Amino acid sequence: MSKLAGEFLTRARETIAAYPGSRSALIPLLHLAQEQDGHLTGDAMEHIGELLGLTPAEVMGTASFYDMFFTEPVGKWLVSVCTNIACLLNGGYELLAHAEEKLGVRPGVTSHDGRFTLEEVECIARCDEAPCLAVNWRYFGKVTNGRFDELVADLESGKLNDEVPTHGTLNRVRREAPA
Amino acid sequence: MTITEAPKIVTSRLRYEDSHTLDRYLATGGYEALRKALTMAPEAIQAEVETAGILGRGGAGFPAGIKWKTTMALPGPHYLVVNGDESEPATFKDHMLVERDPHQVIEGALITAYATGCERIFLYVRGEFALGLERMQAALNDAYKFGAVGRDIFGSGFSVEAVVHPGAGAYICGEETALLESLEGKRGFPRIKVPPKIIPATVGVYNKPTVVNNVETMSNIPWIVMNGGAAFAALGAGRSTGTRIFSLSGHVKRPGNYEVEMVKTTFRDLIYAPVYGGGIQGGNNELKAFIPGGASSPWFGPQHLDLPLGQDEVAQAQGTLPGGGGSMLGSGSIVVMNDATCPVRAAWRLARFFARESCGQCTPCREGTGWLDRIMFRIESGSGRMEDLDLLLDVSDNIAPGLAFPYPMTTICFLGPSSPMPICSALQMFRDDFLVHIKDGGCPYG
Repeated sequence: MSKLAGEFLTRARETIAAYPGSRSALIPLLHLAQEQDGHLTGDAMEHIGELLGLTPAEVMGTASFYDMFFTEPVGKWLVSVCTNIACLLNGGYELLAHAEEKLGVRPGVTSHDGRFTLEEVECIARCDEAPCLAVNWRYFGKVTNGRFDELVADLESGKLNDEVPTHGTLNRVRREAPA
Repeated sequence: MTITEAPKIVTSRLRYEDSHTLDRYLATGGYEALRKALTMAPEAIQAEVETAGILGRGGAGFPAGIKWKTTMALPGPHYLVVNGDESEPATFKDHMLVERDPHQVIEGALITAYATGCERIFLYVRGEFALGLERMQAALNDAYKFGAVGRDIFGSGFSVEAVVHPGAGAYICGEETALLESLEGKRGFPRIKVPPKIIPATVGVYNKPTVVNNVETMSNIPWIVMNGGAAFAALGAGRSTGTRIFSLSGHVKRPGNYEVEMVKTTFRDLIYAPVYGGGIQGGNNELKAFIPGGASSPWFGPQHLDLPLGQDEVAQAQGTLPGGGGSMLGSGSIVVMNDATCPVRAAWRLARFFARESCGQCTPCREGTGWLDRIMFRIESGSGRMEDLDLLLDVSDNIAPGLAFPYPMTTICFLGPSSPMPICSALQMFRDDFLVHIKDGGCPYG
């Protein structure tokens, strides 16, 4: 059921065509599958393997190496709080503790209502605005506890729908290059 | 304080809100360097870059012009890979360049591809940089429409294709050979290099000669073509020519990316000058220590503030490791810690980072980084033992024998032997802090 379909399949074929070696399209296609389903399903990975001439084990072997790929469902919003050095020095762990309390989950866990997955991440390179976090990889800097609560409220009310697309959506700009 | 009059080579456009658009790029001289380059012989461009003496801005600091020359001497096809997988903790300059001036990166890459005879460019952007990926793709689309990329660029007869490639979350992929593996759709396992014969410049992506250059390095190329290599080399001193962006973070009043002239500027200038860091923030506003070049670099203390921001100057300094040696400018990120900082906690967090990011290929790194993380954690959390201090050094010595900088290699890539650097520095500089943690059974900093 979760093969790449419709527009996602079209985009997958376009992506494969952009590389001299088809296996190079593997990571971009895994991102596409995650955009379609929110996480990587077994069917999608098998389908990607068929498209690229790879075994499911080869696809899984690559997918499992990278932190951004999830083989289990995640929440509507993936909240990634940085605690690496610059954030640590500016309250990153205090922010993470607040996020745990507010969302009611530990890092690596999805809330009961399936809306939020919290994770603790390594440096996401917005250190001038530490402590920082990302929601579905859209960045927010100088996040105080109050700002975090506002952010959660804005996500829930739909106010940030344009700014924060659904989980897995990485690049909304489609490649346009003459064939 | 020294604030030199050096031009802003790579950050001049950032004062405009729309610096990422083609319109702004063209209005500020964009793609003129590419037009000029296309009228020059590839060898002449390479010669300018070699004269400029620009050292790679990713972390290893290898001269870009020499890299190019190696690839140019070999039969094609050649590929160009732009490394935008910036993941070194507290480094955020490439993130800014990709988001705020993607055309400058693309133009630099196009000139490089022309000079080195590359038929295809891979713009590898860190996966987490969602906005950066969108900005880079939009810029590339516009560059294609403008005729700057693709077939017969500006009617010159030169053709090159370019593709934006996303990473997927792995620090190790910033290492150039791991990046090539990742670009080939594999796990990011660094490859064994055997210089000078087996390196990416000779055997790169798809086993073809490949130029791998950092985003900031690429961003400098248009200016070098327009102004000449000698003008670039006139800035800075010694081997560290030109300007460089330093990512300044931690306990400073004004964290940010600052482009400064190399060598002529010191750590003190960068941390304290009102136009840069503006001084120490928090605690008693005093400096305890700073990290001079990313998580992998040995730490420095207040006694190092007057060192110039130069690659060799920092490497040759009298540093803080038990085995001697200096440190590195690395990825250009400087993290400032005030007097209220717990050095054990800071060093533990970096140990944990390396343990999480070790790819697992080499035993000293795979096992050693985990040991360091666990020992440091138990000291910081109050369960440390006196013998842990020697154990830390013993484990470190197994990963980086001699506990000096530069270190001998025990592993395929630099991740392993750089992992003990912060710990050994911290232990050497702040041994009393470690002792208090162990004796009092907890962190005195709360």
